[in-house]
Amino acid sequence: MAPLLSITGLSKIYTRGKERLEVLKDVNLSVEEGEFLALMGPSGSGKTTLLNLIGGLDKPTAGRIEVGGEVITTLSQRQLTKWRARHVGFIFQFYNLLPVLSAARNVEVPLYLTNLSGAERRRRVAVALELVDLSDRASHKPAELSGGQQQRVAIARALVSDPNLLVCDEPTGDLDQDSTDSILDLLHSLNHDHGKTIIMVTHDPRAAERATMQIHLNKGLLGHKLEAIS
Amino acid sequence: MKYLPLIWAGLWRKPARTILTLLSVSVAFLLFGTLHGVIAGFDTGIEMLSDTRLRVQSRAGILTGLPLAHLPDIESVDGVAGLGYFAIFPSYFQVPLNPIAAGAVEMDRFFQGFPDVAISEEHQQAMKSNRMGAIIGEDLAIEHAWEIGDRVTLTSGFWAKEDGTRDWSFEIVGTYRFKGAGLPSNEFWFHYEYLDEARSRAKGTVHLYFVTIDDPLLAGRISADIDRLFINATYPTITENEKDWLRSRLDQIGNIEFFVNAIIGAVLFTLLFLTGNTMMQSVRERTPELAVLKTYGYSDVMIILLVLAEALILCVIAALLGLGMASLAFPSIFAGLGVGPIPLTLSVIVDGFAIAILLAVLSTVPPAWRAQRLNIVDALAGK
Repeated sequence: MAPLLSITGLSKIYTRGKERLEVLKDVNLSVEEGEFLALMGPSGSGKTTLLNLIGGLDKPTAGRIEVGGEVITTLSQRQLTKWRARHVGFIFQFYNLLPVLSAARNVEVPLYLTNLSGAERRRRVAVALELVDLSDRASHKPAELSGGQQQRVAIARALVSDPNLLVCDEPTGDLDQDSTDSILDLLHSLNHDHGKTIIMVTHDPRAAERATMQIHLNKGLLGHKLEAIS
Repeated sequence: MKYLPLIWAGLWRKPARTILTLLSVSVAFLLFGTLHGVIAGFDTGIEMLSDTRLRVQSRAGILTGLPLAHLPDIESVDGVAGLGYFAIFPSYFQVPLNPIAAGAVEMDRFFQGFPDVAISEEHQQAMKSNRMGAIIGEDLAIEHAWEIGDRVTLTSGFWAKEDGTRDWSFEIVGTYRFKGAGLPSNEFWFHYEYLDEARSRAKGTVHLYFVTIDDPLLAGRISADIDRLFINATYPTITENEKDWLRSRLDQIGNIEFFVNAIIGAVLFTLLFLTGNTMMQSVRERTPELAVLKTYGYSDVMIILLVLAEALILCVIAALLGLGMASLAFPSIFAGLGVGPIPLTLSVIVDGFAIAILLAVLSTVPPAWRAQRLNIVDALAGK
């Protein structure tokens, strides 16, 4: 079976004036469909850069990224924008919800770009909120929700357009232990029960233990892929 | 329409700022509607005047009388279809602060020359049979609560009677109004004979002749012919059609249109910076939110359209409020100036909304440019 994600010879160099910073060096990685990969490493190791490249938010200096059979490194910005809308769900450390919109409206944001009817959009939003167990908070604004609940709304937003890949940048980095456990349970369920492929950047070894695979990045170099003992 | 919740939410992100901007822009459009409306109102007023009626007055000024003996000479000019005359009667009712626009006319000639004056046959007959009778405008009757049959005494500082008194008594026998909307009916007309027989001086003179012509294209030639008749007379005349007369009167005040347009231009220029600054602040504050939208597949064009839609809603609602207030206030303003309750013209409203749209587009350019250039990775990292 072909992997969902295939990365070959990936490098990313940032140039600031005369300074040249190589953040990723010849990264090669393959992730099977239905895998839950934890990407670990110290600060500045290039985890988030790699995640941004996988999610199509940034373009590499060299190398090739193929997701679901589509080489995204050759896509134009416009094509990449459309690709993200169809194939990737993003979950951020600080939730990044729109503060003036209710939870339901926040979840609906990706669906505005589709041709779905209002009724169908609302149905999908209800399903996504049900999945994250927040149906009773649909009309609440982000400020009226706890951190854990806000992250659940962000997860529902990431899920609502039914992408095959979820990229999560330290999704539990801003949460207390109880909320962290609950979010990790949810991600595990999405991976295990709903077959979503998840790539999660984390500093937290406990969070990484919930993944099916772990991989370490250090100074832009990728370590060995380790299958979780659990 | 599906994006409306997103646009509306963006607009009300900072309610106080949005409301203050909305009010500022509304007041600017109120000013625009009123000032621009004044110009349009003057144009409307000019349009309502006849171009088949000429005014003949002394070149020395309106208060300098012309001999009534000019009547047959003017009538003899080729192209003159009718001729009436008018003597100004500056006066007040009870107190000098209560002036009345009164004038003495020869009724038959006057009504023939002013077919746009609506007056019943009954009131015309009542006037003919009453030497001290007066026909008053319906607006004037309402203003003073005067009714038909009332006896009214006007005091004139300009006209004294032969016995030296300045009080002139009249009996109101009828009312008139103008057939077209807009012109006020606030004058007081009475018999020329009554004035001429009783006044102590300037007997046999009038202040204005009203010449009716059939063809407005001949107005220039007929005016010149009339004035040529009296070029060497004691009181040479100046003849012009009503529209030109009002236009020249307005020009005497100054180039009103230029001043009004200059004020409107300054206001709109300021407004451009105000709305531009509001939109810029709004976009700057929402940098991470716009980055999230881009992350989820919103294109650069879509982001520009969302920002533009916010500005459009803001400016159009403000224009609606401002022009709405101007529409309500405008007739009263003109009525207060004694011109009549002229409504705000449609062209002013259309111009206002066109400016609102232009304002929204122009004020959106810098923030929309910034929003579409947003680098997602940097914006999400808070850079």
